[in-house]
Amino acid sequence: MPTVTLDKKTVLKLLGKKVSDEILKDRIPMLGTDLESISDTEIVVEIFPNRPDMLSEEGFARALSSFMDIKPGFVKYEIKKENSKVTVKNLPKTWPYAVCVIVRGLKLDDNKLRSIIQLQEKLGVTLLRKRKKGGIGLYPMDKITLPINFTSRPKEKIQFRPLEGKTIMKVNDILVNHPTGREYAHIISGWKNYPIFVDSSDVIMSMPPIINSHDVGKVTKDTKDVFVEATGTDLNILKIALNIMITTLADMGGTIYSLEMDYGTEKFRFPDFTPRKIKLDKNYIERLLGIELNDSKIKELLGNMGIGYKKGNALVPVYRADILHQIDIVEDIAVAYGYENFDEEIPKVATIASESKGTILERKIAEVMTGFGMLECKNYHITSDETLTTKMNVEKQQLIKPENPANIEYNTLRNNILPGLMKILSENTHNEYPQKLFETGDVIHFDKTSTTQTKENAHMSCVIADVNSDFSTIKAILESTLKSLDVKFSLKKAKHSSYIDGRIAEIKINGKNAGYVGEINPQVLNNWNLEIPVLAYEIDLSNL
Amino acid sequence: MNLQPHEAKLLKHLEDGVEKSVGQLVDELKMDQAAIVRASLTLNKEGFATTSEISGLIAIISAEGKNAIKYGLPETHLVNELKSGNKTIKNIKLKTIGIALGVAKSKGYVVIDKCILEATKKGLASLNTKENELILLEKINNDEKLEKSDLDILKSRKLADYTFKIVRKIKATKKGIDFAKNTTIKEEVSKLTPDLIKSGKWKDVILRKYNVEAPVATVHQGKRHFVSQATEYVRKIWLEMGFKEMTGPMIQTSFWNFDSLFVPQDHPAREMQDTFFLDLTGKLDNKFVKSIKKAHEEGIEYSSGWQYKWSRELAKKPVLRTHTTALSAQTLAQLKSDDLPAKYFAIGRCFRNEALDWKHLFEFNQVEGIVIDKDANFRHLLGYMKEFFGKLGFEKARFRPAYFPYTEMSMEVEVYHPKRKGWIELGGAGMFRPEVVKPLLGEDIPVLAWGPGFDRIIMDYYKIKDIRDLYKNDISQLRGMKQWMIG
Repeated sequence: MPTVTLDKKTVLKLLGKKVSDEILKDRIPMLGTDLESISDTEIVVEIFPNRPDMLSEEGFARALSSFMDIKPGFVKYEIKKENSKVTVKNLPKTWPYAVCVIVRGLKLDDNKLRSIIQLQEKLGVTLLRKRKKGGIGLYPMDKITLPINFTSRPKEKIQFRPLEGKTIMKVNDILVNHPTGREYAHIISGWKNYPIFVDSSDVIMSMPPIINSHDVGKVTKDTKDVFVEATGTDLNILKIALNIMITTLADMGGTIYSLEMDYGTEKFRFPDFTPRKIKLDKNYIERLLGIELNDSKIKELLGNMGIGYKKGNALVPVYRADILHQIDIVEDIAVAYGYENFDEEIPKVATIASESKGTILERKIAEVMTGFGMLECKNYHITSDETLTTKMNVEKQQLIKPENPANIEYNTLRNNILPGLMKILSENTHNEYPQKLFETGDVIHFDKTSTTQTKENAHMSCVIADVNSDFSTIKAILESTLKSLDVKFSLKKAKHSSYIDGRIAEIKINGKNAGYVGEINPQVLNNWNLEIPVLAYEIDLSNL
Repeated sequence: MNLQPHEAKLLKHLEDGVEKSVGQLVDELKMDQAAIVRASLTLNKEGFATTSEISGLIAIISAEGKNAIKYGLPETHLVNELKSGNKTIKNIKLKTIGIALGVAKSKGYVVIDKCILEATKKGLASLNTKENELILLEKINNDEKLEKSDLDILKSRKLADYTFKIVRKIKATKKGIDFAKNTTIKEEVSKLTPDLIKSGKWKDVILRKYNVEAPVATVHQGKRHFVSQATEYVRKIWLEMGFKEMTGPMIQTSFWNFDSLFVPQDHPAREMQDTFFLDLTGKLDNKFVKSIKKAHEEGIEYSSGWQYKWSRELAKKPVLRTHTTALSAQTLAQLKSDDLPAKYFAIGRCFRNEALDWKHLFEFNQVEGIVIDKDANFRHLLGYMKEFFGKLGFEKARFRPAYFPYTEMSMEVEVYHPKRKGWIELGGAGMFRPEVVKPLLGEDIPVLAWGPGFDRIIMDYYKIKDIRDLYKNDISQLRGMKQWMIG
């Protein structure tokens, strides 16, 4: 989730009321933003992905101001008409959409410029999914001439000086040698034609979603009027992203001028700030929240979330990205009502409790094993191939490995429990002997018949590291365990390379192999740097 | 009169009225000398015994002396050798020739001339008489007292030695004998043996008293892992409130882990760096694919959905579950309207692909719960959460708005830590979105859901600072850990 650093002075000025740190600390989290810290100059907050409209000082203050009842209600923005159109044609199917707008009369300073860039960047990361869904660009109007075209060309026919680049570069050069080019090259990799914005004099303004032109696509604090665009794969998301950007610019003092978007067959004017109407069902809201509300209370609560209300309909501003269903309005009502103001209640609903069979079995086993004086251990399910294979002196086996593990030494899902217990013994040679350990848990195997291609079986294993014990000790414990659990079994002479030949038996339950019992092979003891004999057994519990 | 076991034992031994030395008693009673002396002092004091001390020179015959008694003195052997004629020294086969020659010469039994030995008349005559040394040795053997001058003779010949010694002898008095006869003397034993118990002999003995305050060696009991103990308690909380336990695999298809919970396929949580995907292609449960796909692409009734093209392939990818909420989705999918209202819980290991350090672990425990009830509301959710954390010892809980793709309302639960005097965040809860409930259950009814982690609570309870210590399995740590005592 994105963390943004907001200029405190700007936020307080936009809030429109003097507010103490204490009140901010109390109110900001209750609006649904994680307050990280607050200092004399900065407010650091984590904005949840449902509220990208709060990623700038302006958007944040707008939401907080209505929530704190300073300036409640639906915020209206004036839109003027620009008599120009943006032609959108010949675009790759992978990047077909654009929406564009002009904002005039900005009075920028370093702070505002930083805020705009932060918003552009954070929207790119969150709502636009690291630019995979789209990108946003801003251009000083004094560097370009209307009308603007959004089109595409083969890469050989594109060259311009990228933002902060020193010279005019070809596309391949940008994608390999420019830091931003390198970062986003994967998005357009394999495309025949690359999307570009060109102005009426055929000057290349940018190559979305990679980078703007340094010459005509760099906004500075002297810029008064900007051309703003969003391009990408999802028109709906692009509209929201651009609405968030331009309402922020309007809050900075700019005036929005709409443009006609000409897709050839389809034309529309952007932006359109007509709020989305969502019909509210008062009973539904009351039932879900467990509180009683009337019309005026609903209107008041919605106003505290910046949402309008008219004749049973919520009027949702165009910069809100998270409203999919009436339930999202219900949540806004709950937030405005204040989670702290709901009375908690446990309803008297009679239901019968029950435990799973696995839980019961695990507990019974633990009762038996702790009765033998054994210590229960708990291991990770993710271990290493080395632990399961080489250290245990077994042949290379087919194991399930998660992709790209962050910890190289934890790279494989366990198929047995015993190796983990051996690892514990090897890490505890400084502790007092005898050491008697057991573990119950799930192990993972391939299974073509399962929907995940894997199956998980409950296993148990126990080890005894003791100079005075031998095969008969572990066999006695195994037999006693299985008898306690009322399991019929038999032991058959067997071979297994983890154990000493002639001191290992196969455990058969219902005529099937269910595990092994024996003395651990000295080679395995050497592999684990153990100097004490170890006796062990492992049972598959899934067929009990 | 109450005698201590040692004293009684000694008196009983002296019951026959015979006087005995301490040395004898040591042999006969198998007690150490100091114990006998201590006991005798008490018996004296009580008038049960008298103690006499004899002091004097006590002779001890040496090994050579014992030989002489048995085989005769060396000088006698030498004279014997010369009885039949003179011999050169070389021809005399006598081990003790050195001593024999010296003594015989000084006694005037032999003369020596140019290495030829000859017995004198006096010597030959000595064969028919008993040497004085032998007489003295026999006297010692017969416990006769010798004069110091006689003892010195023997000592100079290394046939015997002597020392000055006090011999303590103990004898029971009449009072003592009478007391002994009328008293059963109990023997003291340290170990209560099966034989003592079975035969009833335990009544005739005294079991030695121990120093019960002395330190003893530590005993290691078998016990459950502390995480299991905590898990058992968390389970108990939900069982007491009437919840049924859900279980299910740790490996889930992305479909159940994400799609069924309305997590869009491009959601950051589904990215490789956060989640353990498996390089396998799973299969989809066709019964739900259509409705879930529709919920994502165009929504359900009154919902716009996420408005994107849903991919079957992405949904097939198996993943190590990132939350137990996958189990809740599967439970919803199996419920019928007759089953309602219903309450379920699960406790399970979940996974996130995270680099290991003192505060990050790639496996964590989650406690999941759902309440499916047409009359359930948001206040009930708060009620269940408050009750749950209250039972874990946190009396104050607060709730603040949060965001999860599958719940609305969504919230983070924080509890007040009385010792740290601060709020700690323990996890998420909410009400499942209609886009989750409708496709799985067939109707849109309220579902309360929560999935806080409880590793932090375990760490807090056991004062563990490094999260890796939860599964470090240090045997001395496990042996020494206190039991989970809440509940």
